Amino acid sequence: MQPFTHVQGIAAPMLAANVDTDVIMPKQFLKGIDRSGLDRGVFFDLRFLKGGAANPDFVLNKAPWHAANFLVVGPNFGCGSSREHAVWGLQQLGIRALIGTTFAGIFYDNCQRNGVLIIKLKPAELKELAERVSQADTACVAIDLVEQHIQLSDERIIRFEIEALRKQALMLGLDAIGATMQRREQIQAFEARHLRANPWLA
Amino acid sequence: MTETPRTLYQKHIDAHTVCELDDQGHVLLYIDRQVANEYTSPQAFSGLREAGRSVWRPSATLCVVDHVNPTAPERTAAMPDAGGARQVSYFAENCRDFGIELFDVLDKRQGIEHVVAPEQGFILPGMVIAAGDSHTTTYGALGAFGFGIGTSEIEHLLATQTLVYKRLQTMRVTVEGEPGPGLVSKDIIMELIRQVGASGATGYAIEFTGPAISALSVEARMTICNMAVEAGARGAFMAPDDKVYAYLADKPRAPKGELWAKAVEQWKCLQTDAGARFDREVRLDVADLQPMVTWGTSPDQAAAISGHVPDPSGEPDPILRQDLQRALRYMDLAPGTPLEGIRISHAFIGSCTNARLEDLRDAARVAKGRKVAQGVRAMIVPGSTQVRDEAEAEGLAGIFRDAGFEWRQSGCSMCLAMNDDVLNPGDRCASSTNRNFEGRQGAGARTHLMSPAMVAAAAIAGHLVDVRHFRLEV
Repeated sequence: MQPFTHVQGIAAPMLAANVDTDVIMPKQFLKGIDRSGLDRGVFFDLRFLKGGAANPDFVLNKAPWHAANFLVVGPNFGCGSSREHAVWGLQQLGIRALIGTTFAGIFYDNCQRNGVLIIKLKPAELKELAERVSQADTACVAIDLVEQHIQLSDERIIRFEIEALRKQALMLGLDAIGATMQRREQIQAFEARHLRANPWLA
Repeated sequence: MTETPRTLYQKHIDAHTVCELDDQGHVLLYIDRQVANEYTSPQAFSGLREAGRSVWRPSATLCVVDHVNPTAPERTAAMPDAGGARQVSYFAENCRDFGIELFDVLDKRQGIEHVVAPEQGFILPGMVIAAGDSHTTTYGALGAFGFGIGTSEIEHLLATQTLVYKRLQTMRVTVEGEPGPGLVSKDIIMELIRQVGASGATGYAIEFTGPAISALSVEARMTICNMAVEAGARGAFMAPDDKVYAYLADKPRAPKGELWAKAVEQWKCLQTDAGARFDREVRLDVADLQPMVTWGTSPDQAAAISGHVPDPSGEPDPILRQDLQRALRYMDLAPGTPLEGIRISHAFIGSCTNARLEDLRDAARVAKGRKVAQGVRAMIVPGSTQVRDEAEAEGLAGIFRDAGFEWRQSGCSMCLAMNDDVLNPGDRCASSTNRNFEGRQGAGARTHLMSPAMVAAAAIAGHLVDVRHFRLEV
């Protein structure tokens, strides 16, 4: 997992509510057995017109947002299906962080497991950020996870909160399975106790 | 010392906590069982292979092919597209190499994972279950705690039988009142989602309780827990009761004999303690509930069938107004249009939400002796092969065929249209499924969610209609 400490880049505004994972990664891109080629599928029906040409009205097809590293999103982003393909696709498109007010639970966890930073702001802060990044000349921001802040193009700072456990995993790019396997004996002991107490589970 | 009263959710989590990981509610959570499908699991198995890891406890996992298989009336093992074929064959290879049980497409126990696992008795009260599908919340109807996870978490779970888990907030939804005739659990959960919104339960585990829940059958309760995720809930459950024990008693994998008696005795403790505190309380009175339908592209964009398409110009918030306008543009509906009367091209009864035997009985009562309207393609996709067999034995299949419904094989099918059951742009479908997202049933296709009986009624009328207008045979 790629560690996240300090990343500077373009932030693209996508402020519709309830952008679901079917919209982020439509069904026809779910037929693989690996993670490849998903950049093509991201927001497919929004990014491309019927004939396959890029939709000039979609934010990620316009300069400077076509090179976005961050999305500033509306409430309940990532709702619906558990498909992690949505996160893999965003990542393959170059997205390193998502900034919004609320995120769907499974999507939130999927981002965390892949090193994509999710920042939750208060609605007023998000509105301010969205207004700034909606202007091409102020669309560039810098996210500092160590200091827990977003720096706008005019040097203004928006602070954010993140749980220490999540922050550390993102900063170090930790392999979650490897970390849990350190507790192998603890899990074994728990399991033995648990199955003894609930023998119908064995 | 007296113990602090705990909610059922807290009891589930406490009983499965291997260790606390911090002081902010993160725990290492032991997972009793998981169900896996062919489309969200491949990269998890590949991850294990690449790291040289084995599966911690192969007997804790059940693999079921459901998302990509065709549902054509004649069942064969052939997958019509190369991607689906590759997923199904890699799934079988993974099950073989890691020693996991597989219900493949020709197995008589095959079906949608969340229909199959309960009917096999694989899910029991008190269990914590995770699966790579958001509708894993279904299992809450059995007094278990189920939640959906992504592929990285599947890999973590296969390797360690645990997940790094953050405790949720708790919400109690108390459902009161006796719903009128023709009203079903789908209407109850759709009304709840309408009221609290598509993210109203984000960050929460919901416990459903109250007389209107107790009165429901176990299958009807599954519909409610299943769709709780459409309000953002990361888990939804109900305390187990005698109906649950009766449902489970003869299931193939339920414990038997002395073990059963011991289990039931223990399951009776699975109740929220008197005085336990919930972070949020919601009350829902369903006495005046009407059959519900969605008109938009989010499950909370719903109304009673007697209602009208709303007018976005009444929405003061500009972003919400744009969302509404976009939804109506996608749905090709004008503000003020009566919902009853919206013409459909397709009717679909299927999915882990509403394709169990009782759902098919409800729909058959409407279909009996009637005909699907001209120009409507109506499909029934039973939730499992066992449901299909039972429905055939009861004569439901004949009723549907005589009425002009296609009687198909089991799978997820047109709920998410990953197989070849896909709508065309502009098609409009009355659907017993769970999501009316843009493109969900096919790019440019329009979905109206409703109960199975309401779908059957729409299929016959050719438009959305109040099922209570139909005189029903018993």
